[in-house]
Amino acid sequence: MNEFLLMEGNEALAEAAIRAGADAYFGYPITPQSEVMEYLAEQKTEERTGMIVLQAESEVAAINMIYGAGGAGRKAIITSSGPGISLMQEGISYLAAGEVPCVLANIMRGGPGLGTIQPSQGDYFQATRGGGHGDYRTLVLAPSSVQEMADFVPLAFDLSFKYRNPVLILADGMIGKMMERVKFPPQQKRLTENEIIERYPWATTGKTPNRRQNIIKSVELVSELQEENNRIILAKYERMMAEDVRWEEIETNDADYLIVAFGSAARICRKVIDLARNEGIKAGLFRPVTLFPFPSVRLQKMTQRIKAILTIELSSGQMVEDVRLSVNGKIPVEFYGRMGGIVPTPFEVLDVLKSKLINTNK
Amino acid sequence: MSTVISPMIKPENLVYKKSSVLTDSLLGYCPGCGHGTITRLVAEVIDEMGIQQDTVGVSSVGCSAFLFNYIDVDFQGAPHGRATAVATGLKRVCPNKFVFTYQGDGDLAAIGTGETFHTCNRGENIAIFFVNNGIYGMTGGQMAPTTLEGMVTSTTPFGRDIKQMGNPFRITELLAALPGTYYVTRQAVHTPAAVRKAKKAIRMAFENQKKNGGVSLVEIVSNCNSGWKMAPVQANQWMEENMFPYYPLGDIKIDGALVKK
Repeated sequence: MNEFLLMEGNEALAEAAIRAGADAYFGYPITPQSEVMEYLAEQKTEERTGMIVLQAESEVAAINMIYGAGGAGRKAIITSSGPGISLMQEGISYLAAGEVPCVLANIMRGGPGLGTIQPSQGDYFQATRGGGHGDYRTLVLAPSSVQEMADFVPLAFDLSFKYRNPVLILADGMIGKMMERVKFPPQQKRLTENEIIERYPWATTGKTPNRRQNIIKSVELVSELQEENNRIILAKYERMMAEDVRWEEIETNDADYLIVAFGSAARICRKVIDLARNEGIKAGLFRPVTLFPFPSVRLQKMTQRIKAILTIELSSGQMVEDVRLSVNGKIPVEFYGRMGGIVPTPFEVLDVLKSKLINTNK
Repeated sequence: MSTVISPMIKPENLVYKKSSVLTDSLLGYCPGCGHGTITRLVAEVIDEMGIQQDTVGVSSVGCSAFLFNYIDVDFQGAPHGRATAVATGLKRVCPNKFVFTYQGDGDLAAIGTGETFHTCNRGENIAIFFVNNGIYGMTGGQMAPTTLEGMVTSTTPFGRDIKQMGNPFRITELLAALPGTYYVTRQAVHTPAAVRKAKKAIRMAFENQKKNGGVSLVEIVSNCNSGWKMAPVQANQWMEENMFPYYPLGDIKIDGALVKK
């Protein structure tokens, strides 16, 4: 089956997890991403690949089930939306501290509080600043299409095992619920227990006489040793910044003005670039694909030729802070966002581009 | 790793030695506390069953947070109250491993109540060792859900007022009522006879995992002489006189059937 299928983003993510050879999914229903667990259940994954699918009693329990499975060296994935992701923050902090690989997906909806079930990008701060207590980060991938919802699952698994760190796929209700054509890679085999023991010598696979105990833990009461633990995970984040920053540029070679947007906002802005170019405005799009690590170095380099930047988000303005930190005051950075689940139209953004950016930064 | 035995002791006279599944780390428990005995029993059972390399423990938050330093098997340290959820994830992907949690009353019966109930209701094939000393030991003697009426703790300096704080929580009886629990018992380790019984119960909880019957829950009522502000002997006496009437010892459920009283 190596042909295009028409699927919604949530289902594509679920199918990609099966194909990536995932061992377990734990979750709790929440709109707009319940289709992930529904699809997995319908697929009878235990028969198809042996993948475990379990509906937990809460997001708090589900994230700790992920900890148990990931700590045993298994590929474990969990999905939710804002309110559920908030409940998981305790567990995510322990996953990062215990260096447990796993894939998380947040199909964002509008907040704060119970908010709305419509799309939003308001969890950017939570996703990129760690989210839970303590000094840690998760690597964050932001898909902008159904195809990327599928592609980013095996990528996220690879990165999570490369760094022994949780990797978060940060999408929103629009990408999750939208249907597009999508192509999947062939089925990857799930690793056998012996392969896991060989590849992941840190996993709790049972203490054999020829090795010491494997302990997945985060407690360390001696300050000097705890600081050393902090340095170890900090070094991983520095390595991520050096090796795994991802972004996409569209029409940036000759651009005077740059729109910076990620995920579904970037989809809209792609159209804005076409509309602007039709009117003779040399606009380009810069789309961060990893939100942490943020593609700061590249963005800073672009300020040498770009006159001004407009950041578009489905929030009150969160990523714009990273854009401003990257640009460091060299050129003006403007912001426009919609909230409450409202998605701006390309013409609306084009008007903002003209009024906020071009007329004031000629 | 063989334990060094004094050359003074002839092999035929050896009646007891430290299990090789117990590490040489110093125990962090207070002198006189039951935790040290319970930890030893778990290690001895793993040793005697020959399942060291097939066992993964899940430690919790509280006095036993450093359990992985004492028992020489692979371990995962769970967040406060979440041990049974961690054990669920672990056992589901490693069904051939013996998985156990070791939790205190604050961990299992307060912050982890939701995880405890649902793990027991799903009938996860794991062992839960639940040490009930009626107090938060490690944090410094605060009231636990299991604290007895009138008992003085650092957050109930005038005694637990059940009108305000509710009644001491007999969670084990409630868990026994769930179809997912297979073996439920309440034990103690304050006398040699109680220690032998508790060890049998711990062994049963591990053996049951071969039957895939569901959760085996061993509650051990224990003393906290530091938190109770008593000498160890006095604490054990107080436990017999006050804890045991409210938390009666004995089997509650065997092989999935409630024990008739």
